[in-house]
Amino acid sequence: MSLSTQDVEKVARLARLAMTAPEIETARAQLSGIFDLIAEMQAVNTAGIEPMSHAQDLSQRLREDVVTETNQREAFQAIAPQVEAGLYLVPKVIE
Amino acid sequence: MFESSLKQLGDALRAKKISSVELTQLYLDRIAAHNPALNAYITLNPEMSLAQARAADARLAAGSADALTGIPVAQKDIFCAKGWLTTCGSKMLHNFVSPYDAHVISQFNNAGAINLGKTNMDEFAMGSSNETSYYGAVKNPWDKARVPGGSSGGTASAVAARLCAAATGTDTGGSIRQPAALCGISGLKPTYGVCSRYGMIAFASSLDQAGPMGRSAEDLALLLNTMAGFDERDSTSLQRDKEDYARDLNKPLNGLRIGLPKEFFAEGLGSDVARAVEAAIAEYKKLGATVVDISLPNTRLSIPVYYVLAPAEASSNLSRFDGVRYGYRAPDYSDLADMYEQSRSQGFGAEVKRRIMIGTYVLSHGYYDAYYIQAQKIRRLIAQDFVEAYKHCDVIMGPTSPSTAFKLGEKGDDPVQMYLSDIYTIAVNLAGLPGMSIPCGFGDNDMPVGLQIIGNYFDEARMLNVAHQYQLATDWHNRAPQL
Repeated sequence: MSLSTQDVEKVARLARLAMTAPEIETARAQLSGIFDLIAEMQAVNTAGIEPMSHAQDLSQRLREDVVTETNQREAFQAIAPQVEAGLYLVPKVIE
Repeated sequence: MFESSLKQLGDALRAKKISSVELTQLYLDRIAAHNPALNAYITLNPEMSLAQARAADARLAAGSADALTGIPVAQKDIFCAKGWLTTCGSKMLHNFVSPYDAHVISQFNNAGAINLGKTNMDEFAMGSSNETSYYGAVKNPWDKARVPGGSSGGTASAVAARLCAAATGTDTGGSIRQPAALCGISGLKPTYGVCSRYGMIAFASSLDQAGPMGRSAEDLALLLNTMAGFDERDSTSLQRDKEDYARDLNKPLNGLRIGLPKEFFAEGLGSDVARAVEAAIAEYKKLGATVVDISLPNTRLSIPVYYVLAPAEASSNLSRFDGVRYGYRAPDYSDLADMYEQSRSQGFGAEVKRRIMIGTYVLSHGYYDAYYIQAQKIRRLIAQDFVEAYKHCDVIMGPTSPSTAFKLGEKGDDPVQMYLSDIYTIAVNLAGLPGMSIPCGFGDNDMPVGLQIIGNYFDEARMLNVAHQYQLATDWHNRAPQL
């Protein structure tokens, strides 16, 4: 399967990856090769087969709706790129 | 001392023949001498390791030691360990000193084991050669021009070179078994859900599983006894009674039925690997086992299915790395969206970006049914192949990898060639079964060959028995590379 440059640009944008034109071209060639490999799947007849999302067919455990985590804000913010007054700082979103 | 089993080390520590501080220092000295040539460790922290060793010595003196108390164990750098730099092989986490312990790490800490250091790995565990690590490729101690396998390549190299007594790995598509095979050591990926994923940096959550890597099946049993266990912080951790994985080690193998899948011995398997694996099967017949021909007809499809499902889960898991709360943030950016894009583009390496893009594509509008759902359906067919096969046999055996360790850079530019080398290991993850690799000889260029043993669900104790009996009859697992 051959992906177009536009396909790759769209995927990069969705994945929040900034890529230069040469990077897009390299990715296009490599992803096309990988999708050739993946294309083998399409010929398989899977009518009536339930999708298997997980190795163990278990239902999700439930727990009591109570607070179990302790406050570790200082420990977590000690490794953050930029914090101030207990808040994570990012560039201005709303003018 | 470096050739002692974990049991012998434990006995020596409890008999006060050596202290944990002395043993830890011996390993740290050996690492200092040999790690520069192998690059098996990303982070060493002798101060923290020796502090743990002093605490272990106090526990040994008080007579409250467990099987692993005082023994130096290396940890794959995918496991968060409090106070330790935890990079997952990525620039994205180059400055991430974990504020908490993974469940597996706390299990080792509770046992009194020493964290000897964090081992190198493919970036976010995505790779089969350990060449995608931001911290440089790991060398195979049997031939430093060759790869150790991946993604747990640092662990495999360190165990083979005796730069730790044992270590941990994780296996999403073969990342414990393939490097174990390529470095001539033993490694076990348990049934999905046996070891908690809490604090293990996520790659593909429905496939990721932690497991032990060491020099013998007997060592692996002791390690798994420590690593396994229910943990409510992992929603897929299994609630099961505690078991002793060493309980069946000494059972004879009379009557064991070994299934040999014809698809594992077909085109693509190196003749040197085939010879060593066939010799191992012959040894098992001498030990009383019988052989049954079986078929896993969807083996070939496991690669395309895996390379849809694992990247899909990865693209979702890795969306958390955005430069806001921890990890790498780009120095220059124009606005919030640009900060995300620049941080991710600069923080992730090429293979990780490739897989994020595959995953993003297959999950995007219009392609979801054709790729993601179709892959999940074939996943069930692959799992059913094993259910059918286990009606006729007790364990399945075959090669772990189609070839022995290849040269560094040999498969560098072609991701598809690298992906195809996972052909014998991936189906086991998709089905959620336990699998292991043990050394069974040497191929061309005198590089180690691994025998893969695949068990039925929760059959780890039997697999360890099967591996241990082979290791009592052979000495491949005792061979060590000249450093």
